[in-house]
Amino acid sequence: MKKRILLGNEAIVQGAMESGVQFVSTFPGTPASEIGNTFFKLYQNKKFKGYFEFSVNEKVAMEAGIGASFSGLKTLVAMKHFGLNVCSESLIPFLYTGSKGPTVIAVADDPSCWSSAQSEQNSRGYSYLSHIPTLEPSDPQECKDFTKLAFNLSEKFKIPIMVRITTRVSHQKMPVEIQAIPGIKAIGTFARDIKRFVTMPPRVLEMKKELLEKIEKISKIADKSKINHISGPKKKTVIIASGVSYLYVMEAMKELKVNLPILKIGFFYPLPKEKIKRFIKNAKKILIVEELEPYIEKEIREINTKAQIFGKNLLPETGEFNPEILIRAIAQITNKKFKLKEVKVNVPKRFPQLCPGCPYWLIFGAVKKALPLKTTIFGGDIGCYMLAGFPPHSIQDYLFCMGSSIGIAHGIKKTTKQKLIAFIGDGTFFHAGIPALINTVFNKSNPLIIIADNRTTAMTGHQPNPGAPLVPDGIKIENIVKACGVKNLKIIDPINQKELIKTIKDFSGKKEVSVIIARRPCIFVAKK
Amino acid sequence: MNKNFNIVITGTGGQGLITLLKIISEAILLEGYDIKTSELHGLSQRGGSVEVHIRFGKKIYSPLVAKNKADLIIGLEMQEILRAINFANQKTVFLINQHIIPIPLERSVPQKQIIKKLKLQSKNILLIPASQICQQEFGKSVTAGIYLLSFASFRGIIPLKPQSILLAIKHIVLKKYLEQNKKTFELAKENEKKK
Repeated sequence: MKKRILLGNEAIVQGAMESGVQFVSTFPGTPASEIGNTFFKLYQNKKFKGYFEFSVNEKVAMEAGIGASFSGLKTLVAMKHFGLNVCSESLIPFLYTGSKGPTVIAVADDPSCWSSAQSEQNSRGYSYLSHIPTLEPSDPQECKDFTKLAFNLSEKFKIPIMVRITTRVSHQKMPVEIQAIPGIKAIGTFARDIKRFVTMPPRVLEMKKELLEKIEKISKIADKSKINHISGPKKKTVIIASGVSYLYVMEAMKELKVNLPILKIGFFYPLPKEKIKRFIKNAKKILIVEELEPYIEKEIREINTKAQIFGKNLLPETGEFNPEILIRAIAQITNKKFKLKEVKVNVPKRFPQLCPGCPYWLIFGAVKKALPLKTTIFGGDIGCYMLAGFPPHSIQDYLFCMGSSIGIAHGIKKTTKQKLIAFIGDGTFFHAGIPALINTVFNKSNPLIIIADNRTTAMTGHQPNPGAPLVPDGIKIENIVKACGVKNLKIIDPINQKELIKTIKDFSGKKEVSVIIARRPCIFVAKK
Repeated sequence: MNKNFNIVITGTGGQGLITLLKIISEAILLEGYDIKTSELHGLSQRGGSVEVHIRFGKKIYSPLVAKNKADLIIGLEMQEILRAINFANQKTVFLINQHIIPIPLERSVPQKQIIKKLKLQSKNILLIPASQICQQEFGKSVTAGIYLLSFASFRGIIPLKPQSILLAIKHIVLKKYLEQNKKTFELAKENEKKK
């Protein structure tokens, strides 16, 4: 069979394509970005004949996907973990209604926060919260296979399925078997089905019961599924592992020359409890290997209390795993020796930097000249401009989630007399900044908001956004700001430093909210 | 090749580590080995420290190299290779681009000190002014990584045939950059013979 080296993310795309996916919506975010980017390219080259969009945020991406699924299309929605928070409002009822066209939600977590501020979120919590069946691939081949399996399961049980990956799966490469892609058309029909698509009470409670019944049935499938597989000899010390951790366990056993039975969990929710029960029946020691919070461990502790269980008492709950963490853990439970030869080095940290020529240099420079750094509060947000928090800029006093620079600014301005500048990028403003801006106007506070408009969603790989689509005629941010009722508004090219500095000084003392749109394209957009 | 082969490459965002990884992976695929790699995208690039892992052999599980288990560590920047020092054991080859990219607002770690540290893990250190060689020859140093890779292949410190590397370069590199990449490969071949 033909093999190609693919990233985990690319393998999800390949799996979706081989399944005949018809509708794809996404909001870019590392480590999930290449799912959207790859589809975008295929769509532009007309190799993907279905519909693709970069949505404005994950909530509308999910809702677009729900609409497509209700109209009968095979649908994929992709995002990074935080996107799941944004769309959870729509995701949870979607489990109640179920899908019509088979639907897969691909979500990438980022243990160790390589590309994520905000939190080290474990999206497997949503599996329980929303009752979404969840598959966890370990490598790119599984990314492809599990995506296809997810579409099949979704088709069979009329329920969306989550494929949950992590950075080391998303950005892992290996040769993946390539199969034929079926021809598709992306035309659906919405057939009225009130009982199914309307969640009004009292129907909603019946829906919940139906959902739980579905999960019960799927849990029987999980028990039989080959993606939860057992290997190795029969021994009293056993290992249960999920996700990329499984690969580290296999490597660690090779290294230590031990051969223990291992149950690899591919089906995270619902867990294959019967299979687990049989696997651990005679075990004396059980090692449970899962990154971040111990969901599997908790379930296993409920099943078996006799064996000695090693989980988060041995392995960290914060940060991703790696081979030596597993070598050390397995050495410990099998009484083997393991010693690393480590040398201490002291190299100063090399912080990520704004690109040379990036217009944000000009914005941060002007801000620093205009206002006293000691007494001014600087609100950060998600995008390239969060590098404001690193040297040489070091102007970021809080950083949360998409759009929150403005939301939090309002709260601070309502309670203090301090000067405050909230930074937000163009993509982030569209994503979640607009309601926060309206709130400052409606509830009357006066932060200075600088919309750093570089005409693209830069951080995640220069995806188009509503203000800067591929074709001209984007939605003008200034029109939105004006329509929200903001009176102090200026659009300034930050190359005009004098004007920018003067306006920052002037606007930071206003009684009402003010907005500066600092507009200059990202150097990569300007190049095109 | 009986044993698996483990490579760690370090450098800074923008030095072309991801392309180098693609070329090596393609060469490995051409030679029919199993392979796993790991890389990082997004915020972790942007001129910051970058570290990629490549493992190949009969059957590979982990995409990450374990500490003390690298066979070859390539440093596209001298200070960055220090961060990967503990992937080395006493047999590891350090293949280093003799090139320093200053860390903003910090004093660079002197070359002598870097070599002294590395020797605590392995004495197999190859220091090659790849950026300088490429800069002199082409007016651009962007193919320094290709130079080191080609050199490693001719010298036999990476178990991949030079022909596979060349073919992989042809498969992966964009047409407009292909000529300089091929010339870099040839240059490494000539210089390797001289030594």
